[in-house]
Amino acid sequence: MRKHDTFANIWSHFFAILGSLSGLFFVALMASGGDDLSFSLGAFAVPFFSLSFHIDKLSAFFIFIISLISLFCSVYAIGYVKHFYKKYDIGALGFFYNLFILGMLLVVSSSNWLFFLIAWEVMSITSYFLVVYDRNDPQNVKAGFLYLIMTHVGTAFIITAALLLYKFTGSFEFEAIQSGASSIPLSIKNTIFIFTIIGFGTKCGIVPFHIWLPDAHPAAPSHVSALMSGVMIKTGIYMMIRIFFGMLWPVPVWWGLALLVLGSISSLLGVLYALTEHDIKRLLAYHSIENIGIILLGLGGALTFLSLNMLPLALLSLTAALFHTLNHATFKSLLFLGAGSVINQTHTRNIEEYGGLIKYMPYTAFFFLVGSMAISALPPFNGFFSEWLTFQSLFLGIASLSLYEKWIFILAAGSLAFTGGLALACFVKAFGVTFLARPRSSHTSGAKESSLSLRIGMGAMALLCLLFGIGSSHVVVFLESVGKNLAIFKGTASLISSSGQQVVVGNNFGSVSLLFLCICFVFVAGLVFYIVTFVINKNQKIETGATWDCGTDLTGRMEITATGFSRSIVTIFKGILRPSIQHDIEYHDAQSRYLPKSRTITLGVQDVYQSYFYQPLNRMVSLIALRVKSIQSGNTNMYILYIFIALIISLLFVL
Amino acid sequence: MFIDIIIWIIQIILVPAVAPLCVGIIRKIKAKLQNRQGAGIFQPYQDLWKLFHKDEVISKDASWIFRCAPYIVFTVTIIIGASIPLFASFINNTVTGDLLIIIYTLAIGTFFLALAGIDTGSAFGGFGSSREMTVAALAEGGFIFSLLTVALISGSTNVFTISQTGLLYQSQYLLSGTLAFFGFFIVLLAETARFPFDNPATHLELTMIHEAMILEYSGKKLALMEWASANKLLIFIALASNLFFPLGIAQSAGISAVMLGMVIFMIKIVIFCLVIAVLESSIAKFRFFRLPDLLIIAFIFNVVAIILIH
Repeated sequence: MRKHDTFANIWSHFFAILGSLSGLFFVALMASGGDDLSFSLGAFAVPFFSLSFHIDKLSAFFIFIISLISLFCSVYAIGYVKHFYKKYDIGALGFFYNLFILGMLLVVSSSNWLFFLIAWEVMSITSYFLVVYDRNDPQNVKAGFLYLIMTHVGTAFIITAALLLYKFTGSFEFEAIQSGASSIPLSIKNTIFIFTIIGFGTKCGIVPFHIWLPDAHPAAPSHVSALMSGVMIKTGIYMMIRIFFGMLWPVPVWWGLALLVLGSISSLLGVLYALTEHDIKRLLAYHSIENIGIILLGLGGALTFLSLNMLPLALLSLTAALFHTLNHATFKSLLFLGAGSVINQTHTRNIEEYGGLIKYMPYTAFFFLVGSMAISALPPFNGFFSEWLTFQSLFLGIASLSLYEKWIFILAAGSLAFTGGLALACFVKAFGVTFLARPRSSHTSGAKESSLSLRIGMGAMALLCLLFGIGSSHVVVFLESVGKNLAIFKGTASLISSSGQQVVVGNNFGSVSLLFLCICFVFVAGLVFYIVTFVINKNQKIETGATWDCGTDLTGRMEITATGFSRSIVTIFKGILRPSIQHDIEYHDAQSRYLPKSRTITLGVQDVYQSYFYQPLNRMVSLIALRVKSIQSGNTNMYILYIFIALIISLLFVL
Repeated sequence: MFIDIIIWIIQIILVPAVAPLCVGIIRKIKAKLQNRQGAGIFQPYQDLWKLFHKDEVISKDASWIFRCAPYIVFTVTIIIGASIPLFASFINNTVTGDLLIIIYTLAIGTFFLALAGIDTGSAFGGFGSSREMTVAALAEGGFIFSLLTVALISGSTNVFTISQTGLLYQSQYLLSGTLAFFGFFIVLLAETARFPFDNPATHLELTMIHEAMILEYSGKKLALMEWASANKLLIFIALASNLFFPLGIAQSAGISAVMLGMVIFMIKIVIFCLVIAVLESSIAKFRFFRLPDLLIIAFIFNVVAIILIH
């Protein structure tokens, strides 16, 4: 059995790595060749269906992200899945894992709606099986069920949108729809827009369609969480770009503004809920919602500029959104892999039980620190550059727009500013409570550094975070060419000029060089270290002592906890987060209540959308179901009568 | 060419060289207002010198984060000190002079300072970090937007260009500029751990924020931390004086212009120190949960200021 596990593990991930490498190779060919690739496989007797592919630079860019992340996730997985040996079937994991990657690749390269929907379902269903892979935990099965429902509600909206497009253009082929889009009336377009937002927004995790995300991502094995959070939710972004910037063009102004508002809400609420979390993977999942919000800010800005016919600014915003998509994929996968490495050693996801892991797992801690700095947008890592670009496009929007559009851009820039600050606080909490200080529970005592394949996977991601940051002046040129490749941006003047290592936005509106900053930083820090250590008072003695303990014995329980750390922010935002406190005191003497035996305090955060949106919806559905129940008598003759009546009514309609 | 090199060297070393003086002046003025004699204004230099020659005790719970943090925090202030206009605005730094670079690079310092506070496992340090991050997170909006207001007026997010444009000379931006300045001043007090946000002189566990995080430091590392926080104060004073009141800053190369710029910069520092000292002597520290109100006010001032720009 053991041998069988190893065999399945090696081969399934070998093929995943092979697939990823060929994906990267293909993108490299695309980048050097430069032409779009279009082909169909076989001819089918089924009407409207064709296995047609169309791969332009946008598709190639997403193929690049998928291949890159799955390459390192697969390397990581070889070591990671070892703890599933003898518990579950490794072959099944490998099967669904490979099929999942294939599904994502097909989603971004198909150009026929029916083919696309099949690929979309392959991606969704395989990821469902991966979410419930650890099936002995009932929590995971429940999370998987919620995911399955939400993703299919989303798919229902997508199918409706596709059918509406078919009704008015007469084709399921993307290109035919694009050329026939002018015949779609505005009201239908608006409907399609709303359906697309709900459908793809559910997959992306836009607030308020995100409720599955914080449950499902933690349930999956960590390398799958990394792929789901880093890559899968981006396929929703990909289709939004395809539809809004391609198929449905031209679009009214309010679409872009609506995206900006949704992005602002998602980013702020995402980071606020992340602050309240003490489950490390749920925390990261909420940060995915935040980052999708930031991507939407770029996308919404681009769409607004586009509908106001300010093409260069639109291209800038789109570039920012694409860059953040790439960056979020790298640092979020890195963080999930780091979290997986920690969970593997401590067997708990509760960060209140970690502490002091930096001494046991120095590599994991360092890689997680890099990821934390990147996601908090600290220079010179990649997260900073894309947020800088998003800020610049929003600033230029504030400078050049008027009236209510300007207000919405101010709102968006403001929420991005606060999001940045709160994300920083959240990652001080996540890193500090997990890796620093003393162990808080016995869970950490047995922790050892993870095996080589895990370290390679994480290390490569950490390196990418740095490289995409200091090489941002080169990457941004590529991403801009991806945007320029879209039909509407043909011949658009560029607002980004990259000279050497420096990137300039607009007419000298802003400029930055992260490579220079990085070199300066290393040089100055080295100089300061040299002077302080070897020049001034070089005979200094350093003693190791105990932390100042006010005369008591310091234990792990005296350190700050994750809940305590974020308590002040939660209190400040109590209007939104609705924290609840429940005191339970058990007494030795229940009558007189003088001698308490134990006190329990339960802190919780209410889900606003859960109690004001999903629960009423749930009640309504149940109520309707109850009413419908009365016509279900269980008598077959009765049902035949219903069918007959339905037939007659439909005949009346047709005739 | 030669004069450029000299100006750049002055630019780089000016902040660490003058920053302790700034702290000394504030302490002296506060002492005078409290009818005390007070230490001389050069006392902070002697304190740093003393600390650099002390031995160190490091907690056994501390990791390399605790050991590296002072160097990182100090380096951040040196780099930002060189990336903002101090006495001359004609030296255009387009690589690190962007306002977002300044804000987020300063955030690196805050990040490591807060991590170092947690690292020793002391309850004081952890709560100091928690409070510091709360204040920093809420100050971020006001910080970015106050600099954005002046950036929008001058059409560039580069702080040297903003300073060169000279916003006070244009009367139609007076109201926006004033509102943005007040917003920025609130952020200055918050980020540099001054009244009403924090008390730089106290070590009372209930109130300290910044001091709680560096409680476990001693010797050279404490000296670096103290010096870095003095640098940060000077950086904020320089931003406040040169972005909002760029009077007298050297706008072109020339010995006389540069000399005048330096003298005026010193005068501005003294004026700001005076204002901060008087403010600290006349108001009490706010309760922690009233601080968000103040920081949100800073943000709203700037939203209004941006709307008022035509």
